[in-house]
Amino acid sequence: MSVKLTTRQVGDVTVIDASGRITLGEGASHFRDTIRELAAKGNKKLLLNLGDVSYIDSSGIGEMVSSFTTVTNGGGSLKLLGLNKRVKDLLQITKLYTVFEAFDDEAAALRSFA
Amino acid sequence: MAKNQTGETVQVDESLESALESVDAAEASVLGVAEAVGFPEDELHRIGMAVREAMVNAVVHGNRYSARKKVRLKVLQAPDHIVISVADEGEGFEMHTVPDPLSEENILRHSGRGLLLIQAFMDEVSVAKTEGAGTEIKMVKRLAPAG
Repeated sequence: MSVKLTTRQVGDVTVIDASGRITLGEGASHFRDTIRELAAKGNKKLLLNLGDVSYIDSSGIGEMVSSFTTVTNGGGSLKLLGLNKRVKDLLQITKLYTVFEAFDDEAAALRSFA
Repeated sequence: MAKNQTGETVQVDESLESALESVDAAEASVLGVAEAVGFPEDELHRIGMAVREAMVNAVVHGNRYSARKKVRLKVLQAPDHIVISVADEGEGFEMHTVPDPLSEENILRHSGRGLLLIQAFMDEVSVAKTEGAGTEIKMVKRLAPAG
């Protein structure tokens, strides 16, 4: 299964609920297009919920980093929610935990945008 | 099946198309052998990911999706380890030319983390130019001692 992305608005924060796999090919490109579209529409506060993502490869990580740069350069912020152990491991190995702000609790993540 | 000097037997030796479908096929082939060796689920995930990254390197960066070029996948099984070799027919690269994805100036680069992940997930990794043209990534994963 490729990645499935659904968005919901909580106050002024756009939450993107992702599930499935963010890997080279359809998954990574769908992810990139969705984030860019949200940023282009002026959404500045994005919270990416990876709680139901089973697999991310280096291409998926690359798209997350590019999305982070796109959103940040546009004056917004992209934060992460619900990382499982495997995704946390990936962020440790790649040192991207120093780049992304990540939360286990959605309420805390939403408050952080205030 | 004949064993080599280190007790390894060749379980997989196949030539794959330079297409993304081959990434899934290679992962499935390797995991079949890795399961037989007895790797636990988390290690299977790491092995599968390392194979996917090596295959993506070979298909995308090595062979550049060329229909005329193949990726050779070899898997050797031993009682306590597995050896995986992924070889492409590309132009090859030198390890020292690969930018360090952990350095400050590269941390936000879009790509270049595949080899880093392979090295993190496997016990031994070597990259060599193959005879003729191309690159071979050889990876070894050992079963942790019981108990």
